[in-house]
Amino acid sequence: MIETFFFYVFSVIAVISALMVVFNRDPVKSAVSLVLCFLQVAAIYVLLRSPFLAAVQVFVYVGAVVVLFLFVVMVLELKKERLGEYLHVRQKPLVVILVLVLFVGLGSLILKGRIIVPKGLYSESFILKEGVTETLGKLLFTKYIFPFEVVSLLLLVALIGAILLTFKKE
Amino acid sequence: MITVNHYLLLSFIIFSIGVTGVLLRRNILIVLMSLELIFNSVNISLVAFSYYLHSMTGMVLVVFTITIAAAEVGVGLAILVAVYRLRRTVYVDELNTLKH
Repeated sequence: MIETFFFYVFSVIAVISALMVVFNRDPVKSAVSLVLCFLQVAAIYVLLRSPFLAAVQVFVYVGAVVVLFLFVVMVLELKKERLGEYLHVRQKPLVVILVLVLFVGLGSLILKGRIIVPKGLYSESFILKEGVTETLGKLLFTKYIFPFEVVSLLLLVALIGAILLTFKKE
Repeated sequence: MITVNHYLLLSFIIFSIGVTGVLLRRNILIVLMSLELIFNSVNISLVAFSYYLHSMTGMVLVVFTITIAAAEVGVGLAILVAVYRLRRTVYVDELNTLKH
């Protein structure tokens, strides 16, 4: 019961702040709304019994990604955009139709969907006994060690790429 | 009782908002922010499936997705800053050098 209440609170705030990200004319306010939305998503992860992912979400998204966005807003000195200038005016009706079709089609599919596949090993009692973070860590360093290494290499490449791209040639 | 459909619906609504932002906004910074919204909605649905199907694969995948999203933002914003230095604009419809 209380879980239902909190689910609705978090999702309503998440949707409203997501709308504010898209339809705000001030980039700084968009970034702040993005923080709010990411925090709600972290809370949703807690409701889904994965506190580790919630912590990672707060660290990486709120702590790094949005700060990076705010830095760029500051560096580029972006001002509040004028009304009627911040959207693609010509494409607007087409986009509205596309999103509505997506909304009705996929939404009805989601409402009708039921889980029929067999469930896996990691039931809630197992996870509560072992701890979800421990299970995740063991899997990451045994079964998924190769993707883990690939992703760490990718992070290094992205780091070098970001430095090279912003390097000023004299 | 919250079922997996509730989480999927929430994820789908945030996904639609993100798609609207990518298609509708002219500021490339907000387009990148909307991309982050899409990433997050996919993460929600992955974790929801992982929880309701009693499987850990979704959560492991979300760890990788968050890493890749961080890398994507780093490179994307670097490209944005480089383009801004060259063209002095952040509007996507004015960045049409390849067309001419």
